[in-house]
Amino acid sequence: MTGSTVLSGKHFIHGDEACAEGAIAAGCRFFAGYPITPSTEIAEHLARRLPQVGGVFLQMEDELGSMAAILGASAAGARSMTATSGPGLSLMMENVGLGIMLEIPCVVVDVQRAAPSTGLPTMPGQADVMQARWGSHGDYEIVAYAPWSPQEMFDLTVRSFNVADHYRIPVLLMSDEVVGHMVERVVIPPADQIEIWGRKRPKATPNGRFDPFLAEDADLIPPMVHAGEGYRIHYTGLTHDERGYPDMSAETHHRLVTRLVEKIRRNADQIILTEGYYLDDARILVISYGCTARSARRAVREARSRGIPAGMLRMISLWPFAEEQVKALARDMDAVIVAEMNLGQISREVERQARRSVTGVFHAGGEMIPPEPILNAIREAAA
Amino acid sequence: MTAPIVVDNHPLDRIIRSDRMPHIWCPGCGIGIAMRCYGQAILEFELPEEKHVVISGIGCSGRVAGYMHLDSYHTTHGRAVPFAVGLKLANPELMVTVFSGDGDLAAIGGNHLIHAARRNVDIKVICINNFNYGMTGGQVGPTTPKGAYGTTAPYGNPELPFNLPYLMAASGANYISRWTTLHVRQLKEDILYTFSKPGFTFIEVLAPCPVGFGKSNNIEDGLEEMRLYRERCLLADKVGVHPERLEIDLRENQPIYIGRFFDRNRPPYKPTRVEAK
Amino acid sequence: MRVFARTPLDIARIATPRGQVYILPERCKECQMCVVFCPRQVLVISHLKNSKGYHYPEIAPGKETACVHCEFCGLVCPEFAIYTLALDGEAR
Repeated sequence: MTGSTVLSGKHFIHGDEACAEGAIAAGCRFFAGYPITPSTEIAEHLARRLPQVGGVFLQMEDELGSMAAILGASAAGARSMTATSGPGLSLMMENVGLGIMLEIPCVVVDVQRAAPSTGLPTMPGQADVMQARWGSHGDYEIVAYAPWSPQEMFDLTVRSFNVADHYRIPVLLMSDEVVGHMVERVVIPPADQIEIWGRKRPKATPNGRFDPFLAEDADLIPPMVHAGEGYRIHYTGLTHDERGYPDMSAETHHRLVTRLVEKIRRNADQIILTEGYYLDDARILVISYGCTARSARRAVREARSRGIPAGMLRMISLWPFAEEQVKALARDMDAVIVAEMNLGQISREVERQARRSVTGVFHAGGEMIPPEPILNAIREAAA
Repeated sequence: MTAPIVVDNHPLDRIIRSDRMPHIWCPGCGIGIAMRCYGQAILEFELPEEKHVVISGIGCSGRVAGYMHLDSYHTTHGRAVPFAVGLKLANPELMVTVFSGDGDLAAIGGNHLIHAARRNVDIKVICINNFNYGMTGGQVGPTTPKGAYGTTAPYGNPELPFNLPYLMAASGANYISRWTTLHVRQLKEDILYTFSKPGFTFIEVLAPCPVGFGKSNNIEDGLEEMRLYRERCLLADKVGVHPERLEIDLRENQPIYIGRFFDRNRPPYKPTRVEAK
Repeated sequence: MRVFARTPLDIARIATPRGQVYILPERCKECQMCVVFCPRQVLVISHLKNSKGYHYPEIAPGKETACVHCEFCGLVCPEFAIYTLALDGEAR
């Protein structure tokens, strides 16, 4: 591949490479990461591409340093990213919390593998999805997307940067080893057709009075200031007031944490993405995401060809959870099936939101769930 | 002059957040002294104040970021250095200083410290060494001398401490020195010098911690610890002391070597650039 | 002991600096570093207290003209609570 910035055209590449190209196309010019299967190819590809486009590639000493470095780079104004798998995401969790508290945008790609612990490094899993939601300490909301193809690895990486910048939050791209390593057609649009959202910028000049963490707009997003622009802002992980100064009061803490949470909750419908298949007259709902959704779709099609009114809701965003949609759909269904490559994580959220029990098609990981068990579950539900 | 003139602002108020004074550090704590030297160096250096960034970690020394009137980042424990590396490389025009403590930089942050020194990234590290974890009440840390007391070493520290200048020298830092908060003129000159010195620079500043360290170790107050520095410190820079001997031992009759130890010219880290084909 | 000192040629022109001490009492925490490290012992801790109860420094009796504006008190104060300025035009 040549050294152009956006490699517009048709490609036959694997998911990790598509993700890296998505980052470049989105304007990412800083990557700090640590090699970990099955995400290493993202780092390797960016090690080659970032120097070509004037960006910085850093292989850090560990994932803790990687997460800190991408926050620092973003604080200076760069679109920054890291890529890892489960063990690395665990290490990054404290600083995901820092990114949320300081409201510094960045993208963290987790190409999930079978877990827990070292697990099966070269084989898929989807068991980090609850960790993506709750892995850091404290109350917070997170944004997470789950691509199911190399094309989506490209598209959702671009979207992740946009959402991160707009909402001033780390965004997790929860891929898996199957999607990361599969080779498929990826169409990269011309550069001028790639949508880039910027960060909200302050109206006040550096000498004017400016409260950097005062969110005056209804979307609760304060304007972002970068290091060196002259505003002299203090960013601290301590609970802080609108000036950014540490403030040890329960009232300030409640106000701050509520705003950080509401910043995402209030705008959830702009962030949530789902895709429906055969939902119009469905009586049996299958919910799935990532590589498992590919099998689920096949199972639903099979079921339909046998006359079973099955439909599928694919979660493209995992968090914030598509509560309204799931509640509305699940209410009228005869059965709800959740297929995921873990022992029941998103299924709990579905149960909680839909207030009904859910049938799980689970596997702890290591191998893609084939269509058969999902089809069997549909058939049992239809019987 | 019959009496001091009472005023409500200080010449350095433009570089500190004077609306937050008095700061939280204990009476006799040396961190304020080091911060003052840093502030003065900023004002004396030719770079506009807006181009300075200070990044700190967790601990008493980490609170410096909150008191400097600069773009400042009070990050997580041990991660000030990699945050600074990312920030500097994303905008190399900024002067990036990491101001943190011995525990934050050399214990939890140790890995990042040695790697940033190895890479020789152009960041300025000021390490306040008060021989303990002060903020949490005086536990021993990686620089607590053997035999000294701490709340987690009630029978005396059984461990040997880091020799930070030796560690930094082996890791590859371009500039390494050690001063105390008594040697204020030299400290300010040194900080000013490191602003012009490319590459990773490391200044260890010994500072009194009367409530954390002093309380467990029979050092009555900050003043007493400063007197201790005055008695025990020996300038080592011109004398050619081997870095191995730069360990700190606070027992009687053991010298504490201070001074400029290393001033090298290893190439600073430069991100790779290739021509697009 | 033989004294080797000679009268400097510019003694009429060069004067020992004289200084005026300025304090911000509310910031003082009575660490006493300024008092102890002043090379001329110009300062003593006064009986006056700030609102936190710390006694801040004052000029010692008889030391009203002793300050030489070496600035060490200001350099060593951890609290940004004291500094000196030169008293211009006063030669010893």
